[in-house]
Amino acid sequence: MNQVAIRIEGLTKTYPGPRAVRALDGVDLEVTRGEIFGLLGPNGAGKTTTVGVCTTRVLPTGGRVTVEGVDVVAEPSWVKSMVGVVTQYNTLDRSCSVWENLYYHCRYFGMSGVEARKLTGELLEQFKLSDRGGSMVATLSGGLAQRLQIARAIVHRPTVLFMDEPSAGLDPQSRLALWEIIAGMRPRGITVLLTTHYMEEADRLSDRVAIIDHGKVLVCDRPAELKRTLGAETVIEVHLERADQTLAAALAALPGVRQATVTPAGIRVLAHSRDRLLPRLVEATQGHGLHDLSVTEPTLETVFIQLTGRDLRD
Amino acid sequence: MTDAVASAGAPHARASYVTVMWGLVLRDTRVLGRTLLPFISRTIMNPLLFVFVFTYVFPRIGQGFQSGITGSSFATVLVPGLVAVGMVFQGVMAVAMPLSIELSATREIEDRVLAPLPVELLAVEKIVFGAVQGVLAGLAVFPLVYFIPSDPPHLQVPNWPLLILMILLASLTSGALGLALGTIVRPQHIGLMFALVVVPITFLGCVYYPWALLHTVRWLQMLVLINPLVYMTEGLRATLTPEYPHMPVWVIVIALALATLVLGAIGVRYFVKRTIS
Repeated sequence: MNQVAIRIEGLTKTYPGPRAVRALDGVDLEVTRGEIFGLLGPNGAGKTTTVGVCTTRVLPTGGRVTVEGVDVVAEPSWVKSMVGVVTQYNTLDRSCSVWENLYYHCRYFGMSGVEARKLTGELLEQFKLSDRGGSMVATLSGGLAQRLQIARAIVHRPTVLFMDEPSAGLDPQSRLALWEIIAGMRPRGITVLLTTHYMEEADRLSDRVAIIDHGKVLVCDRPAELKRTLGAETVIEVHLERADQTLAAALAALPGVRQATVTPAGIRVLAHSRDRLLPRLVEATQGHGLHDLSVTEPTLETVFIQLTGRDLRD
Repeated sequence: MTDAVASAGAPHARASYVTVMWGLVLRDTRVLGRTLLPFISRTIMNPLLFVFVFTYVFPRIGQGFQSGITGSSFATVLVPGLVAVGMVFQGVMAVAMPLSIELSATREIEDRVLAPLPVELLAVEKIVFGAVQGVLAGLAVFPLVYFIPSDPPHLQVPNWPLLILMILLASLTSGALGLALGTIVRPQHIGLMFALVVVPITFLGCVYYPWALLHTVRWLQMLVLINPLVYMTEGLRATLTPEYPHMPVWVIVIALALATLVLGAIGVRYFVKRTIS
């Protein structure tokens, strides 16, 4: 049995127009059945376009995508019958109640009235929305609306679930609840492709992570492996009033430092070891108006900074 | 909430497109049911006031329009016209307006775009459901224009199947017009759409006079031939008041079928363009 749930080969997408945008520039990915796969990258990296192609809402310019072995361009309806989608935006049907959003969604997927009612009741129960069944969706808070969107995305029993920035705009409590829900997909055997620009989200939830930037996949591996093999380093932001290349070179020469680059705020130091490094940095930057030092332990974010020289939020 | 997940279980067998479309129709029916009062109000207000002022008040205050046809009342001429306007208006209100918003501002259409059928068929469902509402609108308008005038209209339907055919074609044309407008016009331009499309279509749709009487303003008679409402009113005229002048039935049938196809094709094309990038 084929173990690949999503296969993306040489995927390119250019949005035409007077200023054509190349959103995807040759993406290759394989997502295995049953895994939670994180697509991590800054805004505009091509995450949403990738999900758009996989879910048949964006036509690729080149390359090929299959979901459960089915080509998304040749057989869009078949693909749609197998996937669930949680979009970045609240796309709940505002003309319908909470209950009706799930019920009619089931009907769109060909279920009988009896079956649709049964599944709607079950999902409302499981997602703790039963007491809101009769509410119109416009009255739901952001967290509840997102929960309903996820319930709707899985109520027709998809085998692959796409979640595009599911935690965007959620308060911290709702985000934690969301993470529990996503983690809960694993024992049920639902393959999840999750896009995010929160490295913590990708790190905590994903079996594997691909880091994407400017429409290209930079690396793809298990989070721990990424942090290990890329020698993920401690990132020290040295905030200075005056920073120049000479100073950067001097800092780069300090023991334990692998790289030092000038940034608008001062100098960014990537270090293998923090051993006695901070006092040395303070000493070396004397006379340059040092006013702050911030230390970030190795994370996917530092991996991203190492790969691109930029912050995920840059 | 770890167990808060449906079982992936066996994926559901693929549904037939008809079943999926039925689901869409059920949803639209539910929404229509919920908004029945607004639906009726917006449908009947315009014709209600029109027939009240022009065929009830005017004759009583000594003013009045002539039908332009000897021995006939203005009310008789108005019936097919106002029923047709009611249908077209429904195409715009029930299809174009919500669609324009769902495609742009709220993106609510996404969930239905992700239903397992080609998006073209989703657009066709919009036409069909718009047509259903068009028929309902026509039925709602009819008693008003029949019973309110002080001088009741004289109607006769010698050919019921032809009347049904005309109503079907007219309502499909309304639905197709609604789809085309809803996919082309952005929500911020809805007001402009009324001013530049809906008002001219209704005023120049041969609603208040048979098309044949326009022969004295020849250029206008030719110009209004691009207006689909002309064929809808003429079609109803041909079946409700057949003794009055009207276009040949075969011309009307071909024109309405063509209008449905052309407007429908434009609407479906733009719908696909707006939902798939």
